[in-house]
Amino acid sequence: MLRFLLGRLGLLIPTFIGVTLVSFAFIRLLPGDPAELLAGERGITPERRAEVLSQLGFDKPYWQQYLDYIFGIFQGDLGISFVSKKPVLDEFMTLFPATAELAICAIIIAVSIGIPAGIFAAVKRGSIADQAIMGTALVGYSMPIFWWGLLLIIFFSGILGWTPVSGRISLMFFFPQVTGFMLIDSLLSGEKGAFLSAVRHLILPSIVLATIPLAVIARQTRSAMLEVLGEDYVRTARAKGLPPRAVIGLHALRNALIPVVTTIGLQVGVLLAGAILTETIFSWPGIGKWLVDSISRRDYLVVQGGLLLIAGIIMLVNLVVDVLYGLINPRIRHN
Amino acid sequence: MTNTSPATKADTSKLETESRNATKAQLAEFWYYFSQNKGAVVGLVVFALLVLTAIFAPLLAPHDPDFQYRDSFLVPPFWEEGGKAAFLLGTDAVGRDILSRLIFGARLSLLVGVMVVTIALTGGIVVGVVAGYMRGAVDTFIMRIMDIILAFPSLLLALVLVAILGPGLINAMIAIAIVLQPHFVRLTRAAVLTERSRDYVVAAKVAGAGHMRLMFKTILPNCLAPLIVQATLSFSNAILDAAALGFLGMGAQPPTPEWGTMLAEAREFILRAWWVVTFPGLAILITVLAINLVGDGLRDALDPKLKRS
Repeated sequence: MLRFLLGRLGLLIPTFIGVTLVSFAFIRLLPGDPAELLAGERGITPERRAEVLSQLGFDKPYWQQYLDYIFGIFQGDLGISFVSKKPVLDEFMTLFPATAELAICAIIIAVSIGIPAGIFAAVKRGSIADQAIMGTALVGYSMPIFWWGLLLIIFFSGILGWTPVSGRISLMFFFPQVTGFMLIDSLLSGEKGAFLSAVRHLILPSIVLATIPLAVIARQTRSAMLEVLGEDYVRTARAKGLPPRAVIGLHALRNALIPVVTTIGLQVGVLLAGAILTETIFSWPGIGKWLVDSISRRDYLVVQGGLLLIAGIIMLVNLVVDVLYGLINPRIRHN
Repeated sequence: MTNTSPATKADTSKLETESRNATKAQLAEFWYYFSQNKGAVVGLVVFALLVLTAIFAPLLAPHDPDFQYRDSFLVPPFWEEGGKAAFLLGTDAVGRDILSRLIFGARLSLLVGVMVVTIALTGGIVVGVVAGYMRGAVDTFIMRIMDIILAFPSLLLALVLVAILGPGLINAMIAIAIVLQPHFVRLTRAAVLTERSRDYVVAAKVAGAGHMRLMFKTILPNCLAPLIVQATLSFSNAILDAAALGFLGMGAQPPTPEWGTMLAEAREFILRAWWVVTFPGLAILITVLAINLVGDGLRDALDPKLKRS
């Protein structure tokens, strides 16, 4: 198991170096000038410009800039945002819980509906229920989620007035951040109605973000289940007279879930990409919106740091999924 | 060997006829399995209609997609109160006919799909075949680069690429093609790896086939089935991503009647004029859904594992 783990970690190192190179190269390819950007509309004299560039280290040769960047990474220093003047890592840490809360809620929705729906469709293969579930899943899978979000806003916020249009919690409430997760913090604050307000703000964005993973998980669960239901050991379990519930729950499901675990892990990248759109629609103060804003504002170091951190998270999650996969499926581990 | 004897000529023509018949039989078999999936047939019909709409857009569209009717801002669809028969699906905030814009938008979305898939597929096949055939250092190098691309969320990477190249539909297509490329490379490589040690490849090698012939004439045709399915999926992904980029202001630029860009322009009116938001999104959904239905059908028809009884 240790060898397996080390092997996977070893594979990550070149990818990580590549990711640092890509994020480093990208912001140097972005059109525009960091010094002029910092100066804003007032303009900047050539002397001052040279001074600013040298302060930022942008006047050094590229290899030296890259080495500085790498040393910075190891010291947890990703530079300073041009716009907010705060360290990039601090900004990321403040905003990340908002995205994490949204993503966790989305994945809970996706798994808790997707897996049962997939199992049900597989067991009732060919029935109207199966066709309805798979039809819905295909619609979900094909959904432009930015439009889906707008539709939900029109219906639930505009027509019914049930949910707010944007933000994480009503402005009426103000309490200190403890965990950064609004659902938990609002409960801890003890303010009446705060938790409910947080839930009402969270519900639509989570549904929007959950849509594609939900569809993918339902489809994957169904096809994994169908494959397993045709296996000999399931037939044996049936033949020895086990009730269908036990056959499906004990024998089939356990094995069918192995590929589903990988699918769920792969959804993390989808969730982070989806967060860019979802957060933009709902003005959700997370890293997706932060990055989109930073790209359009040419906040170079934020883009560089943000790309690195997001890629880092995805790589880490993929590693965890790989290891989990190895744990539950010994065949992979021993190959 | 310039002189071919009549007997050999006859043999060749016989062989040719046989191979033509075999292809016909294969196509018939493919169509049999494809048409078993009713959803796929519906998807294909819808897709064909979309293609026709795109081709004949100037004939079908009742108005010029960019013309602003100054007396008709935010006119609702004809069945709503205040709607006009001249604007079946209503007008947007500057008085342009939404139906006409949607019809012309079909051209852009299909163009995005075709271009992105062509670039990603061609690049992916070449790189993937080389990686799988060469193995060793070349393979490792190529696959690590693909891992790096896959380490970023696709939309984020596309956003940054477009920021570098400059916003616009062409650059959005290039960015999306780059982002979708690794899937084709991985798929091709995996298929080549399983095929390259097969007997027919060894036979061709022994008969003296060169590397290029082995890679692209002997091995590649036998790896096409999964690539066709992936190409269909990428077609719909490309349309979705291009629309998302347009929605974020980084794809096609106004006043281009691109569906995602139309949605971005409509955002501020969502609570006042539902139609400016609803129809462009519906167009995206229907297109993507039709293509995905076809993709599912293709997978069922081309994947021998699922072809049972």
